[in-house]
Amino acid sequence: MAEIVLTPKGPVELTLEAEIINPGLFSGKAKGDIEKLLVWQGPAQLPLADFFDVDVRGAGTPENTVIIIQGDVPRVKHIGHGMKVGKIEIQGSSGMHTGAEMAGGSILVEKDSGSWSGMEMKGGLLQIKGNAGDHVGSAYRGSWKGMTGGKIEIGGNARSQLGGGLAGGEILVNGNVENFCGIRQGGGAIIIKGNAVRGLGAEMTVGTIAILGEVSQFTPGFVEAGAEANPKIGEHQIEGCFTKYSGDYAISKNPKGILYYREGI
Amino acid sequence: MAAMMIIKNGYVFDPLSGIEGDVKDIFIKDGKVVADLSGSEIKDAKIIDARGKTVMPGGVDSHSHVAGAKVNAGRLMRPEDHYKSVRPRTQLTHSGSGYTVPSVYKQGYDYAAMGYTTVFEAAMPPLEARHTHEEMRATPILDMGAYLVLGNNWFIMRYLKEGDIEKAAAYAAWMMRTHKAYGIKCVNPAGVENWGWGKNVRSLDEPNIHFGITSREMIEGLVKVNEMLGLPMSLHLHTNNLGHPGNWKITCDTLAIPSGIEPHNKAEVEWAQTKIDPRRKQSVYLAHAMFSAFGGTSWKDFESGVKGLVDYINKAEHVVVDNGSVPFGPATAMTGDGPAIHDLYQLTGQKWSNTDVEMECGAGVLPFTYLKGNPVHSIQWAMGLEVLLMINDPWKTIMTTDHPNGGVFTKYPLVISWLMSKAAREATFDECHKWARDRSSLGGTDREMSLSEIAVLTRANPARTIGMAYRKGHLGIGADGDVTVYSMDPSKIDTKDFAALVKAFARPEYTIKSGDIVARNGEIVAVPEGSRFYCQPHVDEDLEKDMLSDVKEWFKYYTLGFANYPVPDKYLRNPVPIEVNRPIEALVRR
Repeated sequence: MAEIVLTPKGPVELTLEAEIINPGLFSGKAKGDIEKLLVWQGPAQLPLADFFDVDVRGAGTPENTVIIIQGDVPRVKHIGHGMKVGKIEIQGSSGMHTGAEMAGGSILVEKDSGSWSGMEMKGGLLQIKGNAGDHVGSAYRGSWKGMTGGKIEIGGNARSQLGGGLAGGEILVNGNVENFCGIRQGGGAIIIKGNAVRGLGAEMTVGTIAILGEVSQFTPGFVEAGAEANPKIGEHQIEGCFTKYSGDYAISKNPKGILYYREGI
Repeated sequence: MAAMMIIKNGYVFDPLSGIEGDVKDIFIKDGKVVADLSGSEIKDAKIIDARGKTVMPGGVDSHSHVAGAKVNAGRLMRPEDHYKSVRPRTQLTHSGSGYTVPSVYKQGYDYAAMGYTTVFEAAMPPLEARHTHEEMRATPILDMGAYLVLGNNWFIMRYLKEGDIEKAAAYAAWMMRTHKAYGIKCVNPAGVENWGWGKNVRSLDEPNIHFGITSREMIEGLVKVNEMLGLPMSLHLHTNNLGHPGNWKITCDTLAIPSGIEPHNKAEVEWAQTKIDPRRKQSVYLAHAMFSAFGGTSWKDFESGVKGLVDYINKAEHVVVDNGSVPFGPATAMTGDGPAIHDLYQLTGQKWSNTDVEMECGAGVLPFTYLKGNPVHSIQWAMGLEVLLMINDPWKTIMTTDHPNGGVFTKYPLVISWLMSKAAREATFDECHKWARDRSSLGGTDREMSLSEIAVLTRANPARTIGMAYRKGHLGIGADGDVTVYSMDPSKIDTKDFAALVKAFARPEYTIKSGDIVARNGEIVAVPEGSRFYCQPHVDEDLEKDMLSDVKEWFKYYTLGFANYPVPDKYLRNPVPIEVNRPIEALVRR
């Protein structure tokens, strides 16, 4: 197994775009080569070593290459963007676009992760133990197709437009979400243990959303379609009595979106 | 500007000069092709060794959407089109982004890198002329011009309904001068005006709302106006019922309307030497024929209607078409045909944008992806190629994708490979929906185009059709020194290796613009400013005064003041005004 440890040299002022932090790319490279990989800072491309101390321990295939970032990097964007294999462990908070378009492997963020994390993700696992920003697991602006596969787990809260345009895969949120969670969802599943504000499942046509907490303003285009106890969503058996809604009739005449809303205990 | 250049020993394909692959030297002096250079000039000349390579005039695109309000609407509403297609800045070039709707800089570089040096914007709404010129001004390298959209213009409709064709001509002439336009575009005549009321027209003989004019009257009137003024290009026509199954019939009926009208080019230009007559023969130039050649009666029995259309065109001498290829993949539908875009929205549920351009026209924009797995899209792919392969005379055809409607212009090399190679077509048949083979005649066509024919479709004929062959589309003496050198030995072409064709056409070894190397193997190496061509048609002064008093009276319906209507000179870099129909042959009022 190869372990590459990146230790931040200090706080970053202007944000970095560091999609080169990718196990597939680091694998098989010597310390010196990794240090020379370039990251964008504004209009300039600078070596990774300007911002991180690099330590390489052991060697291995891309599959068993682990990148460990020791510390907070909330101003480092695109960590693991497009990664296919291996693992990244961020022992703090990470910046925007963490794990965007990732297709495989796993990313663990010990604290918070920025907006657009897991954007248009295709596969793999993205775990965020703290809170997440806006647009997590969603489509890029202007696109209607978000995450198509893989799994995102959020320990804390997520902000708005979580899983926008979700087309496959699943997102689990332990805490709350804000507005327009699952907007234009066309597949996949979102499970929210906490509350949502408004626009939950707006314009969804296919897929499933389950919410265990309260919704402040329920989306008007949904109609009741019965009740279900302990529904199974993907591999997850969720507990409680749920009212089942279908929608969103505001966008489609025959929508196949399902929204489970837990009844008061 | 490099003062002198010699492109030595290449296989030259220059159809207008009657040169079909002869090994020849091309001499350029002060940006123009010359017969030869003197001994001392040769010493100073930049020499390009083109031995074993293919040399053609610079590419000319006579129908592309690259500047103006609708293109920019496409850019604004499609951020997803931009973030995966980026071009970093270099010491010489600007950064840019966008795949189907690139930023202006990227468009210029991408065209030049592909060997094209001249590109005409095919639809400029008068009110958006300033915007269009601003974007053209910012487009590097390319020589450009734009066609003014007049097919649903209130004044034209009014004058033609009143039977006052002289005033219609006077108005068109004044509008072209005012907006610095090169030609006239007519989009869904009479129908777009109805779209302002949520309606359309479905036949050639339905009077539209308020104006009570039919599309037949509009087409006949505008073609007559075009030839009375003697514009360098003929009317560029986007037919009614575009994009509707079964529309090939109305397209044939439409093309029959101007069949008796003679082309007249009264542009005051100096004609460079050619062997073949460089003047246009057509009185109508049909835009994106593929979209006007749908068969069947619905999407369920949809089939190619190209055969019916080409049977007509093969017999007609007054028509040139550009095909509007569908090379598959992302596209952005953008057209002055607002109702056609609404139909696409209903079909796809895509985001769309729509605008009414006051008293002039309208437009719509909608993202679209052509999929190989989709039966209709697969037929459209076949149809685009049928148009070019089944019209026997290459001088009636022009290769386009109606960028970015059928697909992006950067896929031209792919389209060329399908035209030159049956094996390439067979390979795509195998990948796409079987309706492509079952519901078109493309599979039965064995034609493989020669390099000469490709040169006709991508340079010589676009230039001739729009009246630019006085200096573009060939390498005769006096022509512009725009040359493309492809690293491709014509004697060694294997059409089965179509990937090699795509590669060679995508990245010519040299793109030369007015005697300067602007791109080398796809890399931009110089960024000269192109010229902007427009026409200044003249009519009788009294007639113009009469007409202008009408315009001023109705100008109260516009949201801007009359004084702000014209495009100021400063909007154009390197303007090339072309005087047309100067007083000596000005119209005499009946």
